[in-house]
Amino acid sequence: MYLVVEQLLNGLQFGLLLFLLAAGLTLVFGIMDFVNLAHGSLYMMGAYFAATFVAWTGSFVLGALIALGATLLLGIALEYVALRHLYGRDHLDQVLATFGLILFFNDAVRLIWGPAGLALPLPAWLTVPVQIIPGVYYPAYRLMIIAVALAVAAMLYLVVMRTRIGMLIRAGASNREMIGALGINIKLLFTLVFGLGAALAGLAGLMQAPILTVQIGMGENILILAFVIIVIGGIGSIRGAFMAAIFVGIIDTMGRAFLPDLLRKVLSGAAASTAAPALSSMLIYLLMAIILVLRPEGLFPAAKR
Amino acid sequence: MMPKLNASNAVAALMCAALILLPVYSAATGNIFILTLFTRITIYALAAASLNLIMGYGGMMSFGHAAYLGIGGYAVGILAAEGIGSGFIQWPVALVVSALFALLIGALSLRTRGVYFIMITLAFAQMAYYVASALSRYGGDDGLTVYKRSDFAGLINLSDRNQFYYLCLACLFGGLYLIWRIVNSRFGLVVQGVRSNEQRMQAIGFHANRYRLVCFVIAGTICGLAGALLANNTDFVSPAVMYWTRSGDLMVMVILGGMGSLFGPVVGAIVYLLLEELLSQFTEFSGLILGPVLLLIVLFARGGIMGLLGRMSRG
Repeated sequence: MYLVVEQLLNGLQFGLLLFLLAAGLTLVFGIMDFVNLAHGSLYMMGAYFAATFVAWTGSFVLGALIALGATLLLGIALEYVALRHLYGRDHLDQVLATFGLILFFNDAVRLIWGPAGLALPLPAWLTVPVQIIPGVYYPAYRLMIIAVALAVAAMLYLVVMRTRIGMLIRAGASNREMIGALGINIKLLFTLVFGLGAALAGLAGLMQAPILTVQIGMGENILILAFVIIVIGGIGSIRGAFMAAIFVGIIDTMGRAFLPDLLRKVLSGAAASTAAPALSSMLIYLLMAIILVLRPEGLFPAAKR
Repeated sequence: MMPKLNASNAVAALMCAALILLPVYSAATGNIFILTLFTRITIYALAAASLNLIMGYGGMMSFGHAAYLGIGGYAVGILAAEGIGSGFIQWPVALVVSALFALLIGALSLRTRGVYFIMITLAFAQMAYYVASALSRYGGDDGLTVYKRSDFAGLINLSDRNQFYYLCLACLFGGLYLIWRIVNSRFGLVVQGVRSNEQRMQAIGFHANRYRLVCFVIAGTICGLAGALLANNTDFVSPAVMYWTRSGDLMVMVILGGMGSLFGPVVGAIVYLLLEELLSQFTEFSGLILGPVLLLIVLFARGGIMGLLGRMSRG
């Protein structure tokens, strides 16, 4: 039972992290109609920046904040120099260009930080286990991830639903030409949204960094998961991304934790130990395929254009 | 119809001649490396050409095309590991399994359009990747060594560099000829019509998805053949050939060369793999140059290299 609670929390934590990544992706996708494969690279850069700046400043929080700012600036620079010329182009052109950026970032990281991974050690106050319900301890750092991600999600909701900028973002998602015609500086809006997405990806990367090692290519696997989420949630819908991210995080974590035992009850030992890792890795993709076959527009499609 | 003499056709003809004469050059100069490099290039060119059939002519943006490379490769590798070394069994199995996989995922994926289609094909390829990773009997994550290349009963010796190269080249030319015939047939015209305007084609009585599906299966089968060749070329097959970045490589080759042009993917494969090879010779950070080059090509050379040549010859 305790194990289930713990895995549920792990799933929630992973899902919230995925949401940070997917939120930026779905905003950029929904508003600019831009497929950004390099979003995973921004996630990776966030983790590398954090590992570097935490080592420099000696403070986890300060280093993380600087890394967040650095990823934001990097995202804005990237948008300004290259990506803004690709809006309105074919999705395939965007895939090709941002695929090139992945190659670039991977080798740039290898040049600057070397091929070996980095570790981002946690400060002592975040490593203590916290008693959440009597008898169940949970790492403080993972609880912090949950808290930060929920706070960011709430902030994002307020910004998008309650502010003028958010209104423009929503308007941009439903009709780009129209808000341009109404005299809104669409280029600036796009740059801001892209920077916001980059910062969210960086935040996800730097928060994940202490749990996994910081390494080249870390963004590639998780990028695909983020795409799965925005497709399941419906492209351009932040609410959809939130629901789908938590759903995917929990299913993925629970699958990995409990599927092997379940399969062992049904199948013979050898067959189960072969099938379990494959099935638990595939679970998410299987889910997406089923959802797309049944509902080709995702579960929570954003308003029609 | 007699092909017109223009820049893109001239490049295609020169390229074919160079590919045919390459072993002569390799033997004369003793440069074996270039032959092995181009063997790999012809195999990827075949895979890219098959992707071009659905992407360029059919408008189906598959982001999971590398799955067939793995499936074709694993068909050869697994049969070889089980002691069935005959190419007459291995290769048809590779083709049939690729075709069946394409039929299955095509039937499901073609219910969606646009970005959703990109993502669902990607999802299926990732599933194939994880299945291969879990095949612990056949190497799992580490991949499977193919100890003996496919045996064609003395008809052709795949271990001979030159014979194998010509086999790959023959498969490439055969594949291109097939694609050319398909594209110019009634069937191909319907598929291209569906790409341009699906509703209109439906309205005049074509069952759009049925045509699309057949096209999707043909492309998958051709790519399965490339997979069988690839496993023989590297004597090895691993889940990594199915990873999504490999599908991305294939897409890059097609777009780089020129989507919807018969020889475009071949040019794309040659340029992309040569560039990667050349850059890796004087820097280990080839991506630092290759990445921005891709970006610049997208920004300034729409329609890929063949598109550029086409514009040049029109003046």
